[in-house]
Amino acid sequence: MGWVRRLRSTFSRTAGDFDEERRFHIDERTDEYVRNGMSREEARRAALKRFGNATLAKERTLDVDVFRWIEDLRRDTGYALRMLWRSPGFTVLAIVCLTLGIGANIAVFSWIEGILLRPYPLVVDQDRLFAVTGTNRGAPGHTDVSWPDWLDLQRASTLAEAFIGEKITGTTLSIGDRAERASGSMVSANYFDAIGVRPVLGRSFEPGEDSGRNAHPVTVISYEMWRDRFHGDPGVIGKTQVLSGLPHTIVGVAPKGFYGTFVGYAFQFWVPASMQSQFDAGVYKLEDRGARWIEGYVRLKPGVTIEQAQAEMSAIAARLEADYPETNRGRGVKLFPLWQTPFNNAGALLPTLAVALVVVLSVLLIACANVGNLLLVRAFARQQEMTIRLSVGAGRGRLVKQLMTEGLILSAIAAAGGLLVANWLRDALALLTPPRGGVVLRLPGELDWRVLAVSAGVCLGSTVLFGLVPAMLTSNIDLAGALRSESGGVIGGRSRASVRSTLVLVQVSLSFVLLVGAGLLIQSLQAVRNASPGFSTDGVLTTGVDLFTAGYDPQRAKNFQDELIDRLQALGGVESAALSRMTPFSYRNYSTAPIAVDGYDAPPDQQPAADYNEIGPGFLATMGIPLVSGREFTRADNERAPLVAVVDETMAAQFWRGVDPVGRRVQVKGRWMQIVGLARNARYRNLLETPKPFFYVALRQNFSATTALQLRTAQRPAALAPALVREIHALDANVAPSELITMREQVDRTTAAQRISVTILVVFGALALVLAAIGLYGVMASTVSQSSRELALRMALGAGASDLLGLVLSQGLALTAGGVVVGLVAALQVTRLLGYLLYKVSPRDPLAFASAFVVIAVASLVACFVPAWRAVRTDPLRALRG
Amino acid sequence: MLRRRHKKPDALQGTLDLLVLRTLRRGPHHGYGIAADIQSISDDILRVEEGSLYPALHRMEHLGWITAEWQTTANNRRARLYKLTRAGQKRLDEERAKWDQLTKAVGKVLRFA
Repeated sequence: MGWVRRLRSTFSRTAGDFDEERRFHIDERTDEYVRNGMSREEARRAALKRFGNATLAKERTLDVDVFRWIEDLRRDTGYALRMLWRSPGFTVLAIVCLTLGIGANIAVFSWIEGILLRPYPLVVDQDRLFAVTGTNRGAPGHTDVSWPDWLDLQRASTLAEAFIGEKITGTTLSIGDRAERASGSMVSANYFDAIGVRPVLGRSFEPGEDSGRNAHPVTVISYEMWRDRFHGDPGVIGKTQVLSGLPHTIVGVAPKGFYGTFVGYAFQFWVPASMQSQFDAGVYKLEDRGARWIEGYVRLKPGVTIEQAQAEMSAIAARLEADYPETNRGRGVKLFPLWQTPFNNAGALLPTLAVALVVVLSVLLIACANVGNLLLVRAFARQQEMTIRLSVGAGRGRLVKQLMTEGLILSAIAAAGGLLVANWLRDALALLTPPRGGVVLRLPGELDWRVLAVSAGVCLGSTVLFGLVPAMLTSNIDLAGALRSESGGVIGGRSRASVRSTLVLVQVSLSFVLLVGAGLLIQSLQAVRNASPGFSTDGVLTTGVDLFTAGYDPQRAKNFQDELIDRLQALGGVESAALSRMTPFSYRNYSTAPIAVDGYDAPPDQQPAADYNEIGPGFLATMGIPLVSGREFTRADNERAPLVAVVDETMAAQFWRGVDPVGRRVQVKGRWMQIVGLARNARYRNLLETPKPFFYVALRQNFSATTALQLRTAQRPAALAPALVREIHALDANVAPSELITMREQVDRTTAAQRISVTILVVFGALALVLAAIGLYGVMASTVSQSSRELALRMALGAGASDLLGLVLSQGLALTAGGVVVGLVAALQVTRLLGYLLYKVSPRDPLAFASAFVVIAVASLVACFVPAWRAVRTDPLRALRG
Repeated sequence: MLRRRHKKPDALQGTLDLLVLRTLRRGPHHGYGIAADIQSISDDILRVEEGSLYPALHRMEHLGWITAEWQTTANNRRARLYKLTRAGQKRLDEERAKWDQLTKAVGKVLRFA
């Protein structure tokens, strides 16, 4: 391992070196004086004196060393630049390969930083921020936290610096005569102070503004809203803005660049949590310990670990469970690091970004192999030069340094290009994610110093990767052997060829793995798209009609709703129309309630609960959700009739153990309801959810003035929208429906994570393939050109064109085959990591493996054919003479 | 290439270089040993200043005439051992030829005068 020592001695020139050298000198001198009869004390003093001014000597010595270092650097840099300039083809190819590889990495780093690690601009101390969610004993996943529980956690916790409670909400803003959705957040009064964000105008919320039902209609608006909607009016403080049907006084304007604390969205307004019922269609949850709706964060005190905090929170949750068994039985609290936050888009994007990281690192490896290969070709082409330099006494370390300098210049240029690429890709994720009804999406990459530092590390790392192999080989040049003039060799059978072949092998196998991954994800996306959500996605349209914020009282709203359904069902082309509080696959939460069933005893420490939807007459038929038995709700199931419910198969199986539950009863929030129907299972939130008990109650008996409207029709949304608006305006010109979309689109909006990973993997898989093909081409091309004499000789001895074509092609394809075998073994191991992103596709799906094989085979055929063809067309005479 | 940046050393420094290179021709040695050798071989007439020796050693290493390596000596101390390179050997021959020329020239002048 001579080169290790050489490298080390080249790179370690420190002041300590000189001190040690001096110490040795003085020790030796002291010994000498002692031998001459002095006492050790005396000898040492004399030796020191003789050495003279140590600092001066040291400075002079170090001056020489530093000067040398700078000189070498300057010389190496100049030399490297000249060498790179002299072979522009190589330089451009290497820089393009590295730029793509490094750029892809920086882009993914910046997404991870901007979306997962430090997602909230301007928020202080994000490394001490953790997401807080509720849990349900015996049930998977997370829940929200009730406001009274939140306040109790805050009061009892000693390890937390601040609790930052909030809940995403939205409102309709009228922009001229258009209506637009704006997203915002209901927050605890300490919100802005706790996250360290100071409004640029006005004030933040004051203590106590988050208590009292609808008692504090005040709002802090975003900088963008202030600029666009209020034209940057400095006198905006004190003006009012209607939010969710109620005028709110604007008390503050958030600073520029602050978008709230919800990954994926740019919030436009904030209101105190006390305004909750106004934004939840009148349902008051602020004092209800059973209603869980708060999603928030806790900032721990410095030095407190998440484990300590978790232990404390669990202890508090256990006390609350004992104090309030009615509402808190089985309830816990769980902390998550910010990047695992389950309630915003961080959780959904985490696996996608993890996959992306693996993919771009592979792409970088492939790019490095390419550049390493190119450098190797050049290193051997420069073998004569290197040999001469070695023979006139240049240190081998200097040669290694020289090669590394060249590599570093290449990767530094590539890193600069990569930064541009990454900067350009900053908002790519938001563009891949479909917008939801005009809500501003925000999934930015963040190019801060941490990302830059990691990128610099990647740049250095890749330089070592692609530069070290040629440097090692070069520094081990056998002088005598190398000085013998080299003539064209025989195809194969040389060590440098084997190094290069290994690099190509690695590239082909990595590409194969990436292609298999891309194939699997494409199939998975296909499977997701073809999966039945349990309701019709074709021929059903959905929109929203919000009478609550339009100021309707329940009675007027009920009349309006009945009349609207009558009018719509009378429209030509509309088969049926139905209202519900929620449309499936919405980003809002279903109602949830503790339930009880005759004859079903839950474990004593658990409280059975289920989500439900409040639906109007004809909803199941309109959505195309079949009934297994019984009936669905009709107009007769009104507030004067007995309470009724329809349960789904999962719920029936869990609570009635397969017996038809029609005719039995279920207790919901303490009210007994008669079960009148059993519905087929459907998906309710997204295609990938695991089945959980779900049921329906009658909208009339559980009223909401804010509803979704479903229409069964063969018409396109654009064709039907004018008629819908006309019918609504005929009833009330001040009510406007929200965007009218197909259920297909509604479903597609929830598969964003899959689509992002598919796009990333397909794009980078293609990139990897191209890079690997370039590598294969390069190796074959230079093999052919170096063996031109041999090939010519074979031709002269009577080998036909097809023989030579076969010879070259078979060598290239053997490399490919080797790469595919290695890739196959690797792919079988790693595709399992795609786990969650694969839907109804086996990680060993033969189709994905086969198509990856075909793509690789075709690409390598093309890459090998061109050099092979050139070999065949060589003029044997000229090659032999030359 | 090595030559390009090489400035002409002044006579005294050139002499020290010559002495050091010549000493190292007998085999690798550390700074103290070089100084001691020069002193003893010259019968205590030439005493090398440590303050000049080490900068000179590092400078010559920088020029590629000698290389250095840390090693442990017989009495178990870590010493930086300097070794003559091919380029240093060549340099030594040149310097030595020049020195012979110079001393011959000076001798002639002295005899003539």
